[in-house]
Amino acid sequence: MLQLENLEVYYGSIRALNGINIRVELGEIVTMIGANGAGKSTMIRAISGLIRPRSGKVFFENEDITTVPPHQLVEMGICQSPEGRRIFANMTVRENLELGGYVHHRNKRQIREDYDRVLSLFPRIKDRLNQSAGTLSGGEQQMLAIGRALMSRPRLLMLDEPSLGLAPIMVRQIFDILQDINQQGVTILLVEQNAWQALRIAQRGYVLETGSVVMENDTQSLLADEGVKNAYLGE
Amino acid sequence: MRIFIQQLIFGIQLGSLYALIALGYTMVYGVLSLINFAHGDVYMVGAYIGFYACTYWLPFQRISADPHAAVMNIVLAVVVLLLSMLMCGALGVVIERFAYRPLRNGLGITDAHFWGFALSLPVAFHFHLFHKVSDGAGRFLFGIMWFLLIGVIVGYALRPVIRWISLRTVLSPSRLNALITAIGVSLLLENGGWLVFGPNPEFIGTMVPEKNFKILGGVIINSSQLAILVISLILMLILRHIVLHTRTGKAMRAISHDIEAAKMMGINTDKVISVTFAIGGALAGAGGMMVGVLTHVQITPLFGLLPGIKAFVAAVIGGPGNIPGAVLGGIIMGVAEAFVGGSSFSTYRDAIAFTILIIILLVRPAGLLGRNVAEKV
Repeated sequence: MLQLENLEVYYGSIRALNGINIRVELGEIVTMIGANGAGKSTMIRAISGLIRPRSGKVFFENEDITTVPPHQLVEMGICQSPEGRRIFANMTVRENLELGGYVHHRNKRQIREDYDRVLSLFPRIKDRLNQSAGTLSGGEQQMLAIGRALMSRPRLLMLDEPSLGLAPIMVRQIFDILQDINQQGVTILLVEQNAWQALRIAQRGYVLETGSVVMENDTQSLLADEGVKNAYLGE
Repeated sequence: MRIFIQQLIFGIQLGSLYALIALGYTMVYGVLSLINFAHGDVYMVGAYIGFYACTYWLPFQRISADPHAAVMNIVLAVVVLLLSMLMCGALGVVIERFAYRPLRNGLGITDAHFWGFALSLPVAFHFHLFHKVSDGAGRFLFGIMWFLLIGVIVGYALRPVIRWISLRTVLSPSRLNALITAIGVSLLLENGGWLVFGPNPEFIGTMVPEKNFKILGGVIINSSQLAILVISLILMLILRHIVLHTRTGKAMRAISHDIEAAKMMGINTDKVISVTFAIGGALAGAGGMMVGVLTHVQITPLFGLLPGIKAFVAAVIGGPGNIPGAVLGGIIMGVAEAFVGGSSFSTYRDAIAFTILIIILLVRPAGLLGRNVAEKV
């Protein structure tokens, strides 16, 4: 479904991604784990068109999307819930969700359906629809960010550090919901530092270190791997 | 007391004009964090469009001669208002497209052709090619043809240059570049104004009938003042509706909060930014037209400078990016100017704007209605 071929990204003269190759198949949850500064967010930003790679290609459903602008990618079915949530804090929760469905404005019925679906996935934000989004708790904001991304009815949902700054119980809850979303047919690319939780729900995983993919395997093997255990699972 | 209310009305009228211009500043600042210094000059162009439409383009009749002319002229004045808004909106879009967008996205082939026509303009004017429409339609068409011909040739000649530059462009997110560009556009419009409109001050005579109404205790309100207030209010209400309740308005607010997050939601930010400049330009155009047609001030190519700066100050004291703030700031500026102007310190009329600015920035650095919202992590 999604394929990165030798993706190289530079910030000025600093190389952030070292020619990485990854693929995500339809219906999977794939996780990318790695430490701070490994290039995880850079990869997501390059896929979603926010930065242009210096070389390499991105394919989505066998179509080259390397130079497609971000708003068209959303129309094509790729949406992300960004690092740090980046909800529109001065707008209401309802308006945030409406903006998530921005590209489908002509299809009122679909928006309605997605709206109901998001609210049933995240009943906690249902009570706060008319509240300004900035007043939500961190966990609720994360739910809103995921819900907002779902409003565009993505086929590929990319999540950048959904566990950031959340209480462990909230992380667990959100990751369970991600599994539900995946079972509803959304392919998920999950970028995480919280390797334990990410590997718990994913089928396959990549390990990114200073801009290069150093390991790639199914999650069982990654969980069993000594190097991964030492570096990312803290055992 | 009568004088007080009289000055207050004048101040609110002046203030609503500042507010119209300030809205354009604040909206553009909201979406791009850019102070569009060319905005005051768009207001100037609006006044000139009012002048040309009233004097040459539209069949205004002398109202003294014919009582029926009055009604007709009012209808025509509304047409002039819409025309001015339309053209200034378009000017705003062109400024954004060819001056500010290349700084964000790099140069493209379209830019070559734009600069081709832009460079052919002075040539056309140098030969008076279409300056004097009164010389006859044939000469005018001849001028247009030369303009287009030179424009196309220069445009094609520029293509390789633009390509060469675009391949070597390093886009930097520096706001300073955009700011300097804005000052450049402002200078271009002012000096282009000397070229296109000529250096002589223009003046629009009484086009619509004027009447004085006496209200409470001998306070007089003029029909033109009333028209300015009503039209400004209507435009502000329309703007409020657009920003709060339309899809584009929500996209604008999303962009002003976080442009990258807006992109991630599928918002075509360039398009929404264009619309923002169109709205800002249209409001400034309306302001310029009303000043020219309804208050009969002299119009010169530099006439947008001071109102532009004052409107900018209004936007800053209201809180840059904050729409109600711009209106509030405009009214404060107008009223303060009216009171100082009506007192024995009237020479300090223009200085009061900056005094207010300094005081408010000292007390509330984010502006009167501006807020610094802390983000939860």
